Amino acid sequence: MTATAARREIPGTRIFDAEMAQKGYALNKMCYSFNSADNRSAFSRDEDAYCRQYGLNAEQTEAIRTRNVLGLLAAGGNVYYLAKFAGILGLDVQDLGAAQTGMTKEAFKAMLVAAGKVD
Amino acid sequence: MAKIVGGICTSHVPAIGRAIAGNLQEDPYWKPFFDGFPPVRKWLDEVKPDVAVVIYNDHGLNFFLDKMPTFAVGAAEQYFNADEGWGIPTLPPYSGDTGMSWHVINQLVEKEFDLTTCQEMLVDHAFSLPLKLLWPDSPTCPVRTVPVCINTVQYPLPSAKRCFKLGKALGEAIASWDDDVRVVIVGTGGLSHQLDGERAGFVNRDFDLAFMESLINDPEWATQYSNEEIVEKTGTQGVELLMWLATRAALGGSVRKVHSNYHIPISNTAAGLIVMEPKG
Ligand SMILES: [Fe+2]
Repeated sequence: MTATAARREIPGTRIFDAEMAQKGYALNKMCYSFNSADNRSAFSRDEDAYCRQYGLNAEQTEAIRTRNVLGLLAAGGNVYYLAKFAGILGLDVQDLGAAQTGMTKEAFKAMLVAAGKVD
Repeated sequence: MAKIVGGICTSHVPAIGRAIAGNLQEDPYWKPFFDGFPPVRKWLDEVKPDVAVVIYNDHGLNFFLDKMPTFAVGAAEQYFNADEGWGIPTLPPYSGDTGMSWHVINQLVEKEFDLTTCQEMLVDHAFSLPLKLLWPDSPTCPVRTVPVCINTVQYPLPSAKRCFKLGKALGEAIASWDDDVRVVIVGTGGLSHQLDGERAGFVNRDFDLAFMESLINDPEWATQYSNEEIVEKTGTQGVELLMWLATRAALGGSVRKVHSNYHIPISNTAAGLIVMEPKG
């Protein structure tokens, strides 16, 4: 039996547990560094070099290169840190929501507005 | 002795910072959210707190996965807001209250809460934006502050039951502080929202409204749920309702609802607001 055997399955949802926290450490550490404007510009100057400096694995580097949000999550990314990567790209959480659900941003926003309508 | 005048719980998404910076309070998208706050400010003018104990969760500004405290309490003379990476304006520093901080720390550790104490602590949007919503016209926050941070980043998170107990002990600690100060508890986070995964955009009005109602009439209701169950019902970041629960618990016995507001959406979030006052 593994420590995660009893993990609850919630559709379309990952719990950022010990397994993910270990798997995503380098990726999240890189994204945490984006709190600093200097680090953000260093990344933008040479993305691959910056990913190497933080020791990202091939899966993580590829997900960064292709701006693949679900791929970043699968590679152990935590959304609180990934949001800082999105910031560099000028994307907000609604862009992220659209990217992950395969909707346009307009459709994603409309879905939320619809959820607020009382029937 | 210190007196807890009441508790305020509110959502805290970064987009609020952008809306404040862009003066969008009257914009049709934002108005239903910002319109919730004038009654809170009126109440604050009446109860006149000197200190705000702010229960919030850090989003990767002060804490990283290298060291992730379950519960952290600030004990600094000043707390600085800082760049979080996405360009919302940084707000001016906040005054601390080291006397109250250390009293709270001593009392909570005495009651078997093994805290992390922070003599330096950056405070993120979850701390700064709610205070800006409460005191928008004051260039610097007019009350002293004590930050209490609960981990919602890396599991295992403290359970709802544990957060309730922390809040209860926090309220007792504040009430036993030998100084005539008036204290408001501010809890920030939630309500239902999910930023990550294929279920991004999930909100749950029925659960949120039941939760808000429970704070008044059945405060321990939410402690029946595990954090995984809370995520299932409210989304990955909906679990931030733990801050609300700790805030309610700090108010003790029964409370009166002074004011509330609920609006979907702001950004990806179901925004809730409630003001509660201890009865008697
Ligand atoms: Fe949050």
